[in-house]
Amino acid sequence: MLSIHDLHVTIDGKPILKGIDLEVRPGEIHAIMGPNGSGKTTFAQVLAGRENGTVTAGSIRFDDGDLLALTPEARARAGIFLAFQYPVEIPGVSNIYLLKSALNAIRRSRGEAELDAMDFLAHIKERLARMQMDEELLYRPVNAGFSGGEKKRNEVLQMLVLEPRLAILDETDSGLDIDALQVVARGVNSLRDAQRAFVVVTHYQRLLNYIEPDFVHVLADGRLVRSGGPELARELERRGYGWLQETAGGAGA
Amino acid sequence: MSTSKSQLDRLLERDYPAGFVTEIDADSVPPGLSEDVIRLISARKQEPPFLLEWRLDAYRHWRTMPVPQWSSVHYPPIDYDAISYYSAPKSRKDAPASLAEVDPKLLETYAKLGIPLEEQEQLAGVAVDAVFDSVSVATTFRERLAAEGVIFCSFSEAVREHPELVRQYLGSVVPPSDNFYASLNSAVFSDGSFVYVPKGVRCPMELSTYFRINAANTGQFERTLIIADEGSYVSYLEGCTAPMRDEHQLHAAVVELVALKDAQIRYSTVQNWYPGDEQGRGGIYNFVTKRGDCRGEHAHISWTQVETGSAITWKYPSVILRGDHSVGEFYSVAMTSNFQQADTGTKMIHIGKNTRSTIISRGISARRGQNAYRGLVKVLKGADGARNYTQCDSLLIGDRCGAHTFPYIEVMNPTARVEHEASTSRIGEDQLFYCRQRGLSAEDAVTLIVNGFCRQVLQELPMEFAVEAQKLLGIQLEGTVG
Repeated sequence: MLSIHDLHVTIDGKPILKGIDLEVRPGEIHAIMGPNGSGKTTFAQVLAGRENGTVTAGSIRFDDGDLLALTPEARARAGIFLAFQYPVEIPGVSNIYLLKSALNAIRRSRGEAELDAMDFLAHIKERLARMQMDEELLYRPVNAGFSGGEKKRNEVLQMLVLEPRLAILDETDSGLDIDALQVVARGVNSLRDAQRAFVVVTHYQRLLNYIEPDFVHVLADGRLVRSGGPELARELERRGYGWLQETAGGAGA
Repeated sequence: MSTSKSQLDRLLERDYPAGFVTEIDADSVPPGLSEDVIRLISARKQEPPFLLEWRLDAYRHWRTMPVPQWSSVHYPPIDYDAISYYSAPKSRKDAPASLAEVDPKLLETYAKLGIPLEEQEQLAGVAVDAVFDSVSVATTFRERLAAEGVIFCSFSEAVREHPELVRQYLGSVVPPSDNFYASLNSAVFSDGSFVYVPKGVRCPMELSTYFRINAANTGQFERTLIIADEGSYVSYLEGCTAPMRDEHQLHAAVVELVALKDAQIRYSTVQNWYPGDEQGRGGIYNFVTKRGDCRGEHAHISWTQVETGSAITWKYPSVILRGDHSVGEFYSVAMTSNFQQADTGTKMIHIGKNTRSTIISRGISARRGQNAYRGLVKVLKGADGARNYTQCDSLLIGDRCGAHTFPYIEVMNPTARVEHEASTSRIGEDQLFYCRQRGLSAEDAVTLIVNGFCRQVLQELPMEFAVEAQKLLGIQLEGTVG
C-alpha cells in the first residue's frame, strides 16, 4: 500500500530525513517513535504533501502510484489522512461545514453522490457519540477555542467521518489525559480493519498500550535506527531514547 | 514556501466577469463644470427653482474647497473639467412607463449581469428601481408599495411628485457644504432613489437598486434619500457592477438616511465596480458620503456593506445618534486585490442618552491591495450612558498587501463605555494545508477561510444578498489553479 524507499528530505537546506525505508501493508499498524527533533512530524507531513520540506532523494509509492507527484488534496482524496499534532484554527467556519465540504469533495472526486445536510448529520452523529463529543462542537468554529483534548478528539472525529485507507496520527496522544487517550484509542481501533493501515507517530509508549501496533520503528536523527514488534516500544519506555541513539551512533561511526 | 506563495497569487488572478460596454446613444452635456452646466442639468430635469438655487449654492461652496488629502489612498489629481456631468440613456419616450418601453439593449445588459428585470419583477419580495447611467429607467412593484403608502421612486420623480418632502429632508443629514465630494454631488447630482415610509408602516418588501456606470467619461453622482417616519421599518439593498474600461471613472454619491422616533432603517450594499486590471490600470474611483440620522428616540440605523470593487474606495457610512436610546450599527467587509485601495470605516456620533453603537469591520487584502479602516467614535457631553463596541480585523493574503487601522475615539462624557478590539492575521499556509489535507482544493480552501472571516458581517445581510456576496468573494478569489 505505502512503500517508502530511501527518502531524504531537507527543510531550508538542512537535512531532516536522511534515508527512510518503510513498507506498510493493508491492515497494519506501524508506530514511529523517537525523541523530539528526530524528524517525526516532518515525516508525517511529507506523507500528507506539506510543501515546506523538499524531497531531495528517494521515492514514496502509494497503491503503486507516485505519491510525491500528488497535491495534498489529491492525496486526501486517494484516502490519506493526517491527524495534526497542532490542529489549525479556522475562525468563522463551523466544524460541521468544513467536515461536510471535505467529505463531499472526496466523494465528488470518486464519482459518488454528495451527502445532503440530513444524510451528513446522520453520518456524523454516531461517530460523534463514539468520540464522546458534544454535538455543540459541530457548530463551533473549527478548533477555535477548543481545549487541547477537544482538538485531538476532533482530529479523530474527522478521521472517522472521512474513513481514510491510510491514517497518519501525529502525536495525537500528546496533551491528553488518560480518559481522553482511551477515547481517542477507541476511535482509532473502531476503524481498524484488514483494508486500512495506520502510521502512529508518538513520543511515548503510552498510546501503544491502547492501540496495539504490529511494528514499532525508532526514528532518530532522520533515520529509522531500529524496527521490531510491540516489545520494542516497551523496551524504549524502560531504557529511554539515549540508549538507541548511542547504539545508532556507534553503528554509524 | 515560494511555491505556495505563487499558488496564492494564482488563486487571486481572475478576470472581471462584468466587463462589457453597451452601445446606447447617450444624451450627454459636454465635459466641464460651470454654473451654466448646472442650470442646464436642472432645466433638463425640469426642477423647481429651490433645487436649482440649492445646487448653485453647493457649487459655489465646492469651488472654495480643497481636495481632501487626509485619507491613505493615492491617485493622480482628477481633472474635474474633463468630466461630463450629465448623461441620460435615450429611450423612445422621455420617461418609460413600463419595461416594455425600455431600450432592449439595456435589458440585455442587465441580463448579462444576471439580473434580468423581467425575472426580478416576479421575484417575490424584491422591488427593483434600476439606475442606468444617470436616469432611472424601470421601476417595479410600485402598486404594492403604494398600497402601503410607501414611496419608492427615482429622485427626479420625487422632485416632481413630492417636492415638499425633498425640500424638507434633502441635505438635512449631509449638508451641501459637508465635504468636497458631497458638495460636488450636491451641485451636479443626476438621479438616484427616494424612499419614504409613512408612520407605523413596515415596508412589505426589501427595496433594491442596481447601479451601473456606463457612458464613457461620465462621472456618476447619485443622490439617495430615505426617510423612515415614526415607528416604521425599511430594508434597502444596493448592489453594483460596472463594465470594463480603461479610463478612471469618478463616482461621488451621497446617501442620506433619516430615521424618526422608533423607526428602523437597514441599508445594505454590495459594491462590485470595476476595480482596474492586474497592473492597476482603470477602475472606478468611489468617493461616497453616506450618513444616517437617528432623529428620534429609539431610532435604529444599520449599515452593512460588502466592498469588493473599485480602484479606490473612500467611504464612511456614519450614524448620528441624536435621539435618546437610538442605535447605530456598521458591518463591513472590504476586500482589495491587485492595486485596489480602500479607506473605509464609519463615524458614530453619540449625542442622545443611552445611545448604542456597534462596529464590526473585516478587511481583506490580497496581492498588492491596500486596506485601511478609519473610524471615529465620538461621545458628546450630554450622551450619558453611551456605549460603543468596535471590532476591526484584517486578513492578509500574500506578503505584498497592506492593512492599516485608524481608530479615533473622542469621549466627552465620563459615563460612556467604549470598547475597541483589533487584530491582523495572515491566511496561513497552515490553514491552507489543513483544509487541503481534508480534501478541499486550494481555491475552495481560500474561499472557505475568507468566508469564515467575513461571516459575522455576511449574516447581517438579507439572505439572497448574503448568497450573492459570498459568491462575489468567491469570484474575487478565483483563479487558474493548476
